[in-house]
Amino acid sequence: MASKKTNQSKETEENSSSRRDFIKKSGLLTALAFTPPSLVMASENKWDEKIAEYLETVPLSIEVNGKKHNLNIEPRTTLLDLLREQLHLTGTKKGCDHGQCGACTVHVNGTRILSCLTLATMQQNAQVTTIEGLSKGKKLHPMQEAFIKHDGFQCGYCTPGQIMSGIACIKEGHANSREEIREYMSGNICRCGAYHNIVDAITEVKEGGMLS
Amino acid sequence: MSKTSNINRVDGFAKVTGSATYSAEYKTDGVVYACLVGSTIAKGKIKSIDTKKAEWAPGVLAVITHLNVDKPSGYQKAKDKHNFGQPLQIFKDDSILYYDQPIALVIADTFERMQYAASLIKADYFKEEHSTELKKAADKEKKVETDKGNDYHRGEHDGYKNAEVVLETEYTIPTEVHNPMELANIIAKWEGNKPILYTKSQGVEGTRRSVAGVFDVPAEDVEVHAEYVGGAFGMGLHTWPYEIAALIGAKKLNRPVKLVLHREQMFTNVGFRPYTIQKMGLGATKDGKLTGLTHEAVAMTSSYEDFMEGTVNMSRFIYDCANVSTRYRIVPLDTCTPIWMRGPGEATGSFALECAMDEMAYKLDLDPIEFRKRNYAEKDLEQNKPWSSKYLLECYEGGMERIGWKNRKNKPGSVREGEWLVGYGMGTGTFGCYRSPTSVKAKFSADGNLILQCSVNDMGPGTATMMTAIGAEIMGMPVENVIIEMGKSGLPKGPTQGGSATTSSVGSAVHDSCNLLVSKILGLANETPTFKGIPIADLTFANGLISSKNNSKTVSLASLLASNKLEDFAVEKQSKGNEEARKYSIYSFSVHFVKVLVNPNIGKIRLAHVVSCADIGTVISQKTSAGQMFGGAVGGIGMGLMEALEIDHRFGRPINNNFADYHVPVNADIEKQEVFFVNKKDPISNPMGTKGLGETALVGMAPAIANAVFNATGKRVRDLPITLDKIIETAKV
Repeated sequence: MASKKTNQSKETEENSSSRRDFIKKSGLLTALAFTPPSLVMASENKWDEKIAEYLETVPLSIEVNGKKHNLNIEPRTTLLDLLREQLHLTGTKKGCDHGQCGACTVHVNGTRILSCLTLATMQQNAQVTTIEGLSKGKKLHPMQEAFIKHDGFQCGYCTPGQIMSGIACIKEGHANSREEIREYMSGNICRCGAYHNIVDAITEVKEGGMLS
Repeated sequence: MSKTSNINRVDGFAKVTGSATYSAEYKTDGVVYACLVGSTIAKGKIKSIDTKKAEWAPGVLAVITHLNVDKPSGYQKAKDKHNFGQPLQIFKDDSILYYDQPIALVIADTFERMQYAASLIKADYFKEEHSTELKKAADKEKKVETDKGNDYHRGEHDGYKNAEVVLETEYTIPTEVHNPMELANIIAKWEGNKPILYTKSQGVEGTRRSVAGVFDVPAEDVEVHAEYVGGAFGMGLHTWPYEIAALIGAKKLNRPVKLVLHREQMFTNVGFRPYTIQKMGLGATKDGKLTGLTHEAVAMTSSYEDFMEGTVNMSRFIYDCANVSTRYRIVPLDTCTPIWMRGPGEATGSFALECAMDEMAYKLDLDPIEFRKRNYAEKDLEQNKPWSSKYLLECYEGGMERIGWKNRKNKPGSVREGEWLVGYGMGTGTFGCYRSPTSVKAKFSADGNLILQCSVNDMGPGTATMMTAIGAEIMGMPVENVIIEMGKSGLPKGPTQGGSATTSSVGSAVHDSCNLLVSKILGLANETPTFKGIPIADLTFANGLISSKNNSKTVSLASLLASNKLEDFAVEKQSKGNEEARKYSIYSFSVHFVKVLVNPNIGKIRLAHVVSCADIGTVISQKTSAGQMFGGAVGGIGMGLMEALEIDHRFGRPINNNFADYHVPVNADIEKQEVFFVNKKDPISNPMGTKGLGETALVGMAPAIANAVFNATGKRVRDLPITLDKIIETAKV
């Protein structure tokens, strides 16, 4: 029992390992050969990461769904990853990371954009609206209502992007016919193939004049 | 039509508000980020792998390769065998079996640091000659050594050769990739020796078994969550190496690990519809009676798993024909293992069969539907059993009317609309009705809700909606009061979502458990003073009230529970098929009709109108079924007109592994679409009389398009997809 306990605590130590342990365990000799001693010391004390965290980040003020955030972010963070991984707004979806599928569509200052192709740091003081910002509690946005009524989705993964694009499509004045809707909604892939119903939903919202 | 048949999708609110939580979206304290680095060769061994730079990169917590991995204990037990359904043993040794096979797992504290560190991994290889091209590897062709892999013969072997009119043709379908919009993703963690997975799976119980095998733990100790699945189309039927890698990483760090594949990795690491070459031989009398049919298929598999699907099966039973031969062969190639993709083999097979039927109809100068009617199968000649129900003729009629078949001319190229050539085509689809044992717990809570529990998941077809509709109907209660708990382990065991069997399996279990719940409630009521002496047969339960005949006496369930000091009232029942069903052949049927417009100058093809008709027995939920049929047809349009994974065989790697280059249908491609269900109950299949829809919604669409293109242009394209270059190229011949 006692020895088991020892093993366990050893395991815990190992399990909380980080890159510094690699240096200690496997790379120490290599590290000593190529690295000035002061840096090894810095590494031991996590100084490098503390410094790096400070040096690697940039300040960002951004408003998401009416809420202001003052953040320090890595400059290479995309708006999509900021929303999903740091603000936990996972309604905006990652489908390709290359601007090819439309699942990550959000509104920035009222215009639809692909958040995966947008570095967050370039959106200083921007107003971002995501799918989570459309409804007011249980009260849904007319486009959300129409998607439910016309069953404009199946698995639901492309749906937030479709809805954000659908609203923008009408506001842009690109929803004057089914043909036009189909064209201007073609940046949003739906692999379940709900296109027919998506066009029905957008048409109803457009014709009902539900968007001011 | 029942009251519940036109309800909205019950998870609609969650899906349109972004509150539906998919696998990688669970908020998990202390989660760290992982990705897989893939091999850059298709076959060989890893000579060396340099992970030092990655290990030194900021925020990196671990880099795991075959050199430093703590191998899961199940690897030893499985020895060198890769049983089908078990994942490739990731990091097992230095061997490379396919391009982009994972060679390293990089874990860091943030997503961005992980991505950067992964870019620093470099490997050298001992390259071996790879083989990725089916057409050049025919010498490695082999039979699948199971009963299903056997050749089939009815009557004379290859009897078509002796017919008055003979047709011999060859068809090719390329590799197609499922590509659900949600990437393959997982959050993996451990509680002691118990693995916990939030993962993209079509079968919670199947994933439990696979993971249990790899880590040599009891399946009951594996916890799986897959409550929302962002599409899968078959990709989630296999447990893949990425899932095991995340578990290995989580175990090493004793922290939750999140791993999301890149879209590029979706093309190389999680299966695909296999490249398949098919040869058809059809023989008929001059007046259009089929006398012989031979269907041969050669499909690719991986070097480490024998994959097969029902490519040639439909040819055995769909038409009345005395002499039928089918043969199915596989060729191991240096790729990831294929996995069933929606429709699966039947979709591949129907392309060959239904195109060949069309070609034969032209040879006989018959209308393609008239030719099919002359060979209508009154019973299943393969199994020598009667159909449980078959409304295929109604599908033909319904489709002909809606598409305007009367405007079709049998002579190709004879109808025009302006500069466009007009063509009409159709293709038949079918899929077996399966039902597997399923348990559902039905519970009435004191607050008046019905809770239905089953571990089955819903990757999009509307399983929760179907369960709600059936439960609400039987219990006589509003759908708003039905709560579905599904998609995770620990619930009563449900089936894997695949093979169009979910409604038949889970719906039946909901049906049976709810009926049992009602009878138990009435039995309990019958023991109270109010109903004492009244036969149970004279009691009814609806809207939360137990009533005697003519409503002379009523008692609410809530008060019945209260008087019995019960907080809730629950039953759990396993439901499975019966012996009677074995006496019948049970299939769904579909017919897709398309009207195409082809521009003869540039070869552009437009689908002006698509009509999809199906006999799927009872339609439980009109909206979600229509959605599935629309979607299946769109999947078939992708197969027919655009989808193909192109491989650069010099390197054994894909060229178009992204959504810009691998084309799938988009909104602009779908001009006018209709669906039509016969909606007649099957008397045998299951208590509701359903037959299954997911697969047959796609099967038959690709040949319908090919046949319409021929009708428009006189160009017969036998290699999918039918892209405009093939139209123009054929035109020159």
